[in-house]
Amino acid sequence: MKFTILINEGPYQHQSSDSALHFVQAALEKGHEIFRVFFYHDGVNNGTRLAVPPQDDRNLPKEWSALAEAHGLDLVICIAAAQRRGVMDADEAKRQGLDADNIAPGFRISGLGQLIEGGIQSDRLVVFGD
Amino acid sequence: MSEVKKFLYVNRKAPYGSIYALESLEVVLIGAAFDQDVTLAFLDDGVYQLVKGKNTEAIGMKNFSPTYSALGDYDVTKIYVEKESLEARGLTLGDLMDLKYEDEDDDWAEKDSIRVVSASEMADIMDTQDIVLSF
Repeated sequence: MKFTILINEGPYQHQSSDSALHFVQAALEKGHEIFRVFFYHDGVNNGTRLAVPPQDDRNLPKEWSALAEAHGLDLVICIAAAQRRGVMDADEAKRQGLDADNIAPGFRISGLGQLIEGGIQSDRLVVFGD
Repeated sequence: MSEVKKFLYVNRKAPYGSIYALESLEVVLIGAAFDQDVTLAFLDDGVYQLVKGKNTEAIGMKNFSPTYSALGDYDVTKIYVEKESLEARGLTLGDLMDLKYEDEDDDWAEKDSIRVVSASEMADIMDTQDIVLSF
């Protein structure tokens, strides 16, 4: 089955990102296809490479990046939600005249149309929220 | 992308106390460009999103409530509000914004977008959807 995943909450504050990560890992192990993972609302904070959780805790942004690299996942951060919350790639930071970017490897920033397209193209759209 | 799917946006949270209502509306407006079959549902505290006469000046936030009135122009014409959620909060249809759309199949007659339905009817509406986005 082909899935698109929507993550609506930030890492650590809510379990959504953990649950989504485990779902995606399990789906891939079972041979399913992940068409896209879309990060919205505070979910965009999963895509910052500047998160430094305690060493004895999981590092969710790094786990997403590693999973993306291993399986060629399409991790998309909503641009409107990301701009509000200060999640930037190099191009967007330059365009906004900012002095830094913080997007984690394997993530890309794009529009909400990517979420709708994911819904249209996939067999299931699974929402992980509060 | 010729396939048309049934998209339901479920709005469960009050506006302004959190960003879910505003960002849900942003998805609906962007999604409208994809020519899908769109339905909106408002339940729990989400019914407060449609209450008329809001003034956000004192909380220093942008009042995005007028945007709901534009939904008809985006061909978002099916807006269901759960009766039990209204009643539990002492609200009636008369407390909500008067959202309209022009029906192109009926000589552009102006019609009400909002329909109040029971929880049981809402469950049936949810059951018929391809995609349910809950905010």
